Amino acid sequence: MNLDPTDEQQMIIETVRSFVQNEILPLEADLDPDATQLDLADQERLTAKVREMGFYGLDIPEEYGGPGIDVVTRTLMAIEMSQHRAGLYAPCFGVFGGAGLAQLYEATEDQKERYLYPTLRGEKRGCFALTEPSGGSDPGRAIQTTGVPDGDEWILNGSKLYISGADKADFALLFARTSDDPGREGITAFLVDTDTPGFHVRRVVHTLRSSHYATELQLEDVRVSSANILGQLNKGFGIANDRLSRQRIPYSAACIGVARAAQDMAVEWTKHRETFGEVLATRQGIQWMLVDNEIDLRHAYWVTMEAAHLAESGRQFRKEAAMAKLVATEASARVVDRAMQIHGGAGMTKDLPLERWWRELRIRRVGEGPNEVQRLIMSRELLGRSLR
Amino acid sequence: MPMRLTKPWRPLDGDEVANLKGTLGVYQLADLDEQVVLIAFAGGRSLFGLQGELSHHLEEREPGTTLFRVEENMQYTSRFDELLMVHVSDHGSLPVENDDSRRIGRLSPG
Repeated sequence: MNLDPTDEQQMIIETVRSFVQNEILPLEADLDPDATQLDLADQERLTAKVREMGFYGLDIPEEYGGPGIDVVTRTLMAIEMSQHRAGLYAPCFGVFGGAGLAQLYEATEDQKERYLYPTLRGEKRGCFALTEPSGGSDPGRAIQTTGVPDGDEWILNGSKLYISGADKADFALLFARTSDDPGREGITAFLVDTDTPGFHVRRVVHTLRSSHYATELQLEDVRVSSANILGQLNKGFGIANDRLSRQRIPYSAACIGVARAAQDMAVEWTKHRETFGEVLATRQGIQWMLVDNEIDLRHAYWVTMEAAHLAESGRQFRKEAAMAKLVATEASARVVDRAMQIHGGAGMTKDLPLERWWRELRIRRVGEGPNEVQRLIMSRELLGRSLR
Repeated sequence: MPMRLTKPWRPLDGDEVANLKGTLGVYQLADLDEQVVLIAFAGGRSLFGLQGELSHHLEEREPGTTLFRVEENMQYTSRFDELLMVHVSDHGSLPVENDDSRRIGRLSPG
């Protein structure tokens, strides 16, 4: 596996880096430190610019009009796109476009007409409703929301927790238990319009991530047509699980991006900040923190790029994606924490982006499957499935 | 933390504003009938936080015409969105002085 970017990839890296530095950072300097949105005019202007660059809709498959970026290049771009204050959860404020819920590409043509294509045109938004108050790490067993057949419809009852974007979504990809099987074989994925009677967004769940809050949903006799089942009846767990594996590579890459930015800030700071008549860079304690940062960064980069290369070549990458998620989220958190320590008081303030990255990276160790579950995934692969 | 701001209204005057802290948080302004006219926040770029923001409003408004209440809150952006959504759920529209071009989520607090 050659980790050197190709000439074309290097050109793309430099293009995105320049875009972040020249277009995103100047605008961000005038926004609230916790902002996740640009002004509408800036959003439209930059989106048009990204379209001209040929990068709009990065995650949309080529056959649906996407730019046909491979996984490795996409990962390299994700590392660059997150290198600004809002970059972890709102890379480039979304001007590179979204792909919608990846599962919709497996939908029926009728479902694609009603949900996928409007999403790609920017007319509809979806949310992913899996986790429940009973747990999220083991959704196959934790799901208590029920789906009961009634003629050609299903009646859904239950609740969902930590659901991002449900309050602004037009539809939800929602998982419910539809058989007596207490495990993974009894889960079905439904496409539910959020204006359906009985679909309630009950509250905002405030977290460390002040913007991009989560919500709690309540489902009271929500009636959904059988035509809105995504995939097969009682086979929804595979749909949920597939999404979780695929997401881990760009999820890891974004962590590396903010950690790289934090390390760059720390290196610059140590060259200019003086204590006791010398710049910080002359202090061994500081030098070692910078070195430890560099080791963490390279470790995270290499395992993430390995997962990307495996995914691109069509080989199994579940274990490597889990390792990337684990290493990148933990290493990046350490890097940002050390960068804050190096910056002293300034590192704690909202004048710098470090405190936001530090808060948001803490969530990353739990989001998209807690790191303990990543270890479980890897141990299963190492020891064989009999461990289950 | 209750979903709605429930603290008593205070008159927007110099003494009240002088007693506010320079912390981050959200606030509401109301007319003398206690009808909310603005929901806003003092964020990380606000000079002197809640005290600074309310001082601006004090300078801009006719004396004796406005009430206010505040909530110190580090999660001011999500709390701001929540208060807007709850207001829309309760009243059917945003407060008159809030920007209605912003896409607001849908909440059914029950």
